[in-house]
Amino acid sequence: MNKQNKKSKWQHFVDWVNGEEAIGMPKKISFKKIDFEKLQEDFEKYIWSGRKKAIFYMVMCVFVCLTFIGILLHTVTALPYFGGSNNPASNEVVQRYIENGVEETGATNIVAGMILDYRAFDTFGESNVLFLAVICVIMLLKKDKYNTTEQEQREEKEDEMFEKEDSNTILKRIANLLAPLLFLFGIYVVLNGHISPGGGFSGGAIIGAGFVLYASVNGQQKMQRFFTYKIFVRINVICLLTYCILKGYSFFTGANHLPNIIPKGTAGALLSGGLILPLNICVGMIVACTIYGFYALFTKGEI
Amino acid sequence: MLIENLLLLFLIVCAVLVSVTKRLLRAVIIFMAYSVVMSVVWIFLEAPDLAITEAAVGTGITSILFFLTLKKVHQIKGTHDE
Repeated sequence: MNKQNKKSKWQHFVDWVNGEEAIGMPKKISFKKIDFEKLQEDFEKYIWSGRKKAIFYMVMCVFVCLTFIGILLHTVTALPYFGGSNNPASNEVVQRYIENGVEETGATNIVAGMILDYRAFDTFGESNVLFLAVICVIMLLKKDKYNTTEQEQREEKEDEMFEKEDSNTILKRIANLLAPLLFLFGIYVVLNGHISPGGGFSGGAIIGAGFVLYASVNGQQKMQRFFTYKIFVRINVICLLTYCILKGYSFFTGANHLPNIIPKGTAGALLSGGLILPLNICVGMIVACTIYGFYALFTKGEI
Repeated sequence: MLIENLLLLFLIVCAVLVSVTKRLLRAVIIFMAYSVVMSVVWIFLEAPDLAITEAAVGTGITSILFFLTLKKVHQIKGTHDE
């Protein structure tokens, strides 16, 4: 008996990871007899002291807010004039970007040239942040057999029945017309990221919005015919690795003064800008997957 | 110039209203309106990429996620568990 109750440290750790045990949890929770009169007295005392505290907190809230507003407004008055030529922001970096940007990156959209060539490492960090965010949401919200009860499963089945029965014909038709156009526009924005305004993030967000529209009208089961959890994970990981390898290569050659063999192409053509187009596609796919992943996990708890 | 000032005024009014509104659903819708106007302001500031992103993310996706969260915690009328 005693041996069975005694768990190894590893077992404790496994239970802690599964959320079945907390660190420092008392082994037995004992319930004493409750003295109701004393409890009520304590409660009234608590309420009265609570009211005093609440007033104090309200006054302090307003005070702190007003102080911060004052400090921020004071800082605003000390800021340099917007667009002034003597601002600290307009230094040689801006000049270099604007004058040599097209020549050095091969992208007519200087913003894309900046974020995917000069500052590509920052964008890589951003994609990683998105990936981490979606991993956290999966950890918290993904449903499996450990965190659902039978009642919840029954309610879900009833919801699905209702979804099949209600027929918002107008909504469905319009959404089915709109969704492909959204996909097309998103793909256009991603592919032309180095020529016209837009880029991986905005295009990916548009494609993700199209996915969300399609899934919310047709149900997630139709979505799962071509977009499952496996595909989701694969696209995310492959795109991040591709980005990492491509940009790692160009940083390696650039930092070691090696010649870059990737052709720049003529500025303004679709196939130009060196690595910017593939990087844009990678970022766009990650963003689209992440946004649809958020939606799917928030609604059903599965992708 | 007049239009820009009107839009900025609208932004301030929206920002204050979001924090003042008691009903959460209304707060989210006001936040959507804020995002739409913000994307127009980005175009006036000559940042079209940001305008596209703001319109897609701010208006579409954040508000959808907010709606879903409100539905999950039963704060929208008609989704009470009673």
